[in-house]
Amino acid sequence: MFQTLIKKEDTMKKSVIIGLSIGGALLLGVILIVMWSVRSYNNLVTLSEDVNKSWSLVENQYQRRMDLIPNLVNTVKGYANFEKQVLTDVTNARASASSMQVTKEVLNDPQAFQKFQQVQGQLSGALSRLLVTVENYPELKANENFLQLQAQLEGTENRISVERKKFNESVQTYNTTIKKFPTAVFAGIFNFKDKQYFQAVTGAENAPKVEF
Amino acid sequence: MKKLLFILLVLFSFALKAEVELPTLKYLATDLTNTLSADDILRLNRILSAFEDSTSNQLVFLMISTLGDYPIEEYANQVAQKNKIGTKKNDNGILFLVVKDDHKIRIEVGYGLEGALPDATSNSIIRNEILPLFKEDNYSAGVLAGVGAIVKATVGEYKNDAPKIRKRGKSIGGWIIPFLIIIFSFLFRGRRSRGIYLGSGMALGGFGGSSGFGGFGGGSSGGGFGGFSGGGGSFGGGGASGSW
Repeated sequence: MFQTLIKKEDTMKKSVIIGLSIGGALLLGVILIVMWSVRSYNNLVTLSEDVNKSWSLVENQYQRRMDLIPNLVNTVKGYANFEKQVLTDVTNARASASSMQVTKEVLNDPQAFQKFQQVQGQLSGALSRLLVTVENYPELKANENFLQLQAQLEGTENRISVERKKFNESVQTYNTTIKKFPTAVFAGIFNFKDKQYFQAVTGAENAPKVEF
Repeated sequence: MKKLLFILLVLFSFALKAEVELPTLKYLATDLTNTLSADDILRLNRILSAFEDSTSNQLVFLMISTLGDYPIEEYANQVAQKNKIGTKKNDNGILFLVVKDDHKIRIEVGYGLEGALPDATSNSIIRNEILPLFKEDNYSAGVLAGVGAIVKATVGEYKNDAPKIRKRGKSIGGWIIPFLIIIFSFLFRGRRSRGIYLGSGMALGGFGGSSGFGGFGGGSSGGGFGGFSGGGGSFGGGGASGSW
């Protein structure tokens, strides 16, 4: 009688212990999952902000280039019978580039991003044609003011390519992270989308031809 | 498809990087072509070291022989980033790179010094100070002229946050630094490689606290002085290039 009671108590104790440990394990699991998801969410936010930050640096440099152009055009304009067409091209390309409103939203919109790359690419082309044409004007090449503008322009072009590279690297990290399992699940839930990056435009890197 | 392209692009850029070797710099002035004499290197290291001590700006000189088809702008940026020239806080590093056989020069300026040394200034330093001398194959004078001009242009932009030597003439103003540097280089002009003479030189000049002077044997390596370690500076492609 007494022994069976003890036995009963024992089995009760056992089931309580088993129940508690299963509950504890579940709770622990839930806590771990919550902790992990908070961490991976924060990580996604950080990466996404990194992309935005490097994008603003890219944008700055493109803006800087646009700011330099009026000065450059004015300096060159002063030279007698400088090819009008080359200057008009630069001015037009700048106008169409500056008419485009660029925000970081562009990064989520493939079409807008491509448009941005295209108008800036046209501007690059027009500018390099201008610089090639200048080779035929020795007085212009001896003008200190022009040389300084040219140096600034070259510097800006170089900064653009450096910042573009850094930007692409940060987008790559971000895009890879949101695609990896299990982070991909959260990226889906919290709507972290692929971001756009710069692609080499065929022909844009080649030196332009100038015909006379 | 896009993804694949991107991966290819990344791989390709790694392949490009592998083409050239990025040196790990141990001294403020390094000549991998053996064009400059040991004395020149020593002197450069002193000037650059004095510049770093007084302003915290890190100006690093590197001379290599050729890059092949590799663009100098990219190389300069990568070398500067890899060696973390300049302090992390101020990004105040400058790399003065000469590619001798390609006849190319670049002054790569860290983010923090772009204001003090804008592209136009770097460009005119290259055009007006360095190239005329390089064209006459006078490399050591050209390099010294370039270093002098860069120092003059940047002095005053940043004060040293953690001075290695005692600060002097705080109130006298920015010109004291180029002045000190000139004195430095003149004082040790005739007595380059012997520790004994250096001691008396120091006494003459009245400079205290700069240790490491006596560390020279033959003077070929610049050991102990002009030693370089990067502070974490970052570069965004500022500066100018030139060729002769």
